[in-house]
Amino acid sequence: MSITGVRKNLIEIRDLSVTFPSEAGTVRAVRNVSLDIRAGEVLGIVGESGSGKTVMSLSMIGLLAESATITGSINFNGVNLLSLDDNAMSKHRGKDIAMVFQDPLSALNPVHTIGRQIAEALHIHSDISKEAALQRAIELLEIVGIPRPAERAQSYPHEFSGGMRQRVMIALAIANQPKVILADEPTTALDVTVQAQILELLKTARDMTGAAVVLVTHDLGVVAGLADRVAIMYGGKVVEIGNVDDVYASPAMPYTIGLLRSIPRIDGAESSRLTSIDGAPPSPVALPPGCAFAPRCPAAAPRCDASVPELVPISSTRMTACLRQSEIAGLHSSGKMFVEGPRHVASQSTGEAVALEVRSLKKTFPLMKGSVLRRRAGSVFAVDGVDLTLRAGHSLALVGESGCGKTTTLLEILNMVAPEAGTIAVLGHNVAELSKMQRLEMRRDLQIVFQDPFASLDPRLPIGDAIAEPLDNFDVPKAEQNQRVMELLGLVGLQRDHASRYPNEFSGGQRQRIAIARALALNPKVIALDEPVSALDVSVRAGVLNLLAELQEKLNLSYLFVSHDLAVVQHVADDIAVMYLGGIVESGPVHEVFASPQHPYTQALLSAVPIPDPKVERVRKRIILQGELPSPANPPTGCRFHTRCHVRLTLSPEHADKCVNERPELTSRRSGRVACHAPLN
Amino acid sequence: MPPRSPTISVETAGSDGLSGVRLSRGTLIRRRFLRNKLAVLGLCIVGFMLVLAFVGPYLTKWSYTDNDFDHLLSAPSSEHWFGTTQVGVDVFAQTMRGLQKSLIIGLLVAIFSTGMSAFIGSVAGYLGGRTDRVIMWVVDLLLVIPSLLVLVILSRYYQGKSWLLLVVGLTIFDWMITSRVVRGLAMSLRELDFVRAARYMGVPTRTIIARHLLPNMASIIIIAATLNVGGAILGETGLSYLGFGVQAPDVSLGTLIAEGTGAALTYPWLFMFAGTSLVLTVLAVSFIGDGLRDAFDPGSTRSKKI
Repeated sequence: MSITGVRKNLIEIRDLSVTFPSEAGTVRAVRNVSLDIRAGEVLGIVGESGSGKTVMSLSMIGLLAESATITGSINFNGVNLLSLDDNAMSKHRGKDIAMVFQDPLSALNPVHTIGRQIAEALHIHSDISKEAALQRAIELLEIVGIPRPAERAQSYPHEFSGGMRQRVMIALAIANQPKVILADEPTTALDVTVQAQILELLKTARDMTGAAVVLVTHDLGVVAGLADRVAIMYGGKVVEIGNVDDVYASPAMPYTIGLLRSIPRIDGAESSRLTSIDGAPPSPVALPPGCAFAPRCPAAAPRCDASVPELVPISSTRMTACLRQSEIAGLHSSGKMFVEGPRHVASQSTGEAVALEVRSLKKTFPLMKGSVLRRRAGSVFAVDGVDLTLRAGHSLALVGESGCGKTTTLLEILNMVAPEAGTIAVLGHNVAELSKMQRLEMRRDLQIVFQDPFASLDPRLPIGDAIAEPLDNFDVPKAEQNQRVMELLGLVGLQRDHASRYPNEFSGGQRQRIAIARALALNPKVIALDEPVSALDVSVRAGVLNLLAELQEKLNLSYLFVSHDLAVVQHVADDIAVMYLGGIVESGPVHEVFASPQHPYTQALLSAVPIPDPKVERVRKRIILQGELPSPANPPTGCRFHTRCHVRLTLSPEHADKCVNERPELTSRRSGRVACHAPLN
Repeated sequence: MPPRSPTISVETAGSDGLSGVRLSRGTLIRRRFLRNKLAVLGLCIVGFMLVLAFVGPYLTKWSYTDNDFDHLLSAPSSEHWFGTTQVGVDVFAQTMRGLQKSLIIGLLVAIFSTGMSAFIGSVAGYLGGRTDRVIMWVVDLLLVIPSLLVLVILSRYYQGKSWLLLVVGLTIFDWMITSRVVRGLAMSLRELDFVRAARYMGVPTRTIIARHLLPNMASIIIIAATLNVGGAILGETGLSYLGFGVQAPDVSLGTLIAEGTGAALTYPWLFMFAGTSLVLTVLAVSFIGDGLRDAFDPGSTRSKKI
């Protein structure tokens, strides 16, 4: 499959450049890119935000904004797509080149039924009767795995879940048997178990239509299992391209090397040591004069700043853009390229001290009905019986898919008021019994770092004031505040003279460091981290994760780490608690849960995480869960997971019935705890 | 934005990154404001007008109540700098007197009513729930009451008393719409992580409103205040016209303009000087407003550079 150089080129992109005018200057989104897309292949285009990957894919389908200036050529079947006007381009869009967008909600028209929207796509490009088109739409829905397609064709987009909508988008894309399917971050907005379903479906779509698939993503793991070839983009240029196995096995461009070594891997090979790449991706408005990666490159030489390196072939199937190409391999193998971060050692403090204890926590939100006389029509069981124990000096990861209640749990803990049911104890004090003054005092010890560093800092408050905010709140004298702010800036790796700048002058990674500095200001004992790296660019994640590990060791902090990213969890946490639909299904030490999961859901979750290694990824057995998370307003009876459980299908009828009728308790088993009637391993 | 852009090093005392000088937000805003030349000019103009309004009357021998029957409707001259009216009143003296009244009414009403909208709107929006419902109920009630009618009825009681009561009257009926806008903004800001972070730090409500909410709504509040200055001056005219505001022989810029417009083409001095003062005041205030807005907004490029 991989080495088929004889495939003919379907699309030839030559010397493509795209620029946009902006307030701050010209945005050079794509710079002199030449690329071939071959018939029937899966080409992965990997890059961080601002690397130009989306702009490039949109230019292939003629959907760039009016203000864009495009030069170069894109040849498809002997036609230069860039020379076509919008009307002529419409003949190709959907028919020859189809697109799957990142956000399936905004890509579907909310006021038309799904069936009609697919039928419309068929109508435009072929002479087909209304009935036949609708019939075909239903067939397509069946192909992409929508249950009861005839009935669902009458539904509107809002009646579908995110994963289902993405299936509809794929049905739309394959409707006219296109030659190329462009998928722009098709799974980024989806949960990991749904992502596995959609990737599987993309494979099926490719096999059925024989179309080439261009998979644009920031996730090296997603590409590994699916792509034949991969192109790495940075600063508007393709910096490396080749067969997926070669690129992953022996990356040639320093950026690729750094990227591959900076992402945490779930399979533990070389685990817990992350390389961090200094700095942040360049802004497309102010690109460096030479190689775009030179300012961050550990192998940069003076000549790298002088001229922009072009893609040059290094073997029959690979090209790379690096001036020091011949020396890179040597530098890499001698270990001089990137400095590795600290190895995360399981915390040694074995004492029985408990930083945070949660017992059978419950939180429901009322569902209201009626407009004049509002009455309670039901409840959303957001959190329903959660037990957590965070040992002092350790990290506890709370993982689960979106909607499982992990953030609600976190907010309940941070509220520090008596919960609806159950108990929360912070550092041994039951929060329900705290007086107002004691509660304020407790807030010193429990701080939070939010997911989105762009929302968690006040855009109109200089960062020095932001870091000083908690100090100010506890009446620390001004002079002392100043000193502490300077100390904290140094601690998180920022410069002291940054203090009087506003947040908009910092990149995402730097902002997250500022948020961490603010959380550390009062020397807390526990820090709640709500998805602290998921909003960051891949290449800066490792830096923040390494910082968190270093701080924990230095300051003896306890982390409550909420995340959906199991690879990150594996890297930072000591203990893990897996949450499903408001309840904990399994908890225990990370390495044991990962090595031999006891709950079927944990097992499925682990198998769904893509591994950035094509060899491993291709042979890996995936457990693809059926369906999606049920609504917490109407949770299934018995075991909450029984509707999607793959293990239950193998049980004898009486055991299977038990799962439906009886809710399993969280009970100790081996070194962890599990809530399942038929635990694995 | 790139982490090290060349324009930002201005804020720092040393360039070695170790200077350790931290400037608070107040200092930064003051610096950025003073860097905006137009805003400083506006500030100077308003200052000059205020001084003129109070010192001006002493510069001429005429008072706004005197009649010079030798000069009726005469054009500006060395005797009467701004000319005289039909009954021989010195227009310079009148304009100065009017300026005094109108500046004070305009500035005070703008400050009080915008302050009220900002405070009440953000409290309602931030606290939500019952507080919000009660406050919005009052706002809606005030909005549907015909304000002119109430002022006319109340005028019985305040006629003859200090004209400053007019400021109170105008303020009370001028803050509601802005406060609704502010409330909406506050409701969306309340959900943002930085406000939540402050709450989890145990920062008291009043500090959150002052530190996070108001600065982030500064643009809209400043625009409202700027518009209110002109609005209040003209609003007072309307009342005076109906006989409830500033009454003859006392004058305000509004009454001067109202009386002078009829003769604008034939005896332009009757109206021109008052009109120019009003335009200049409103213009200067909007310069100040723009400058403040840019000073508060870190994304604005204008006040960043020296």
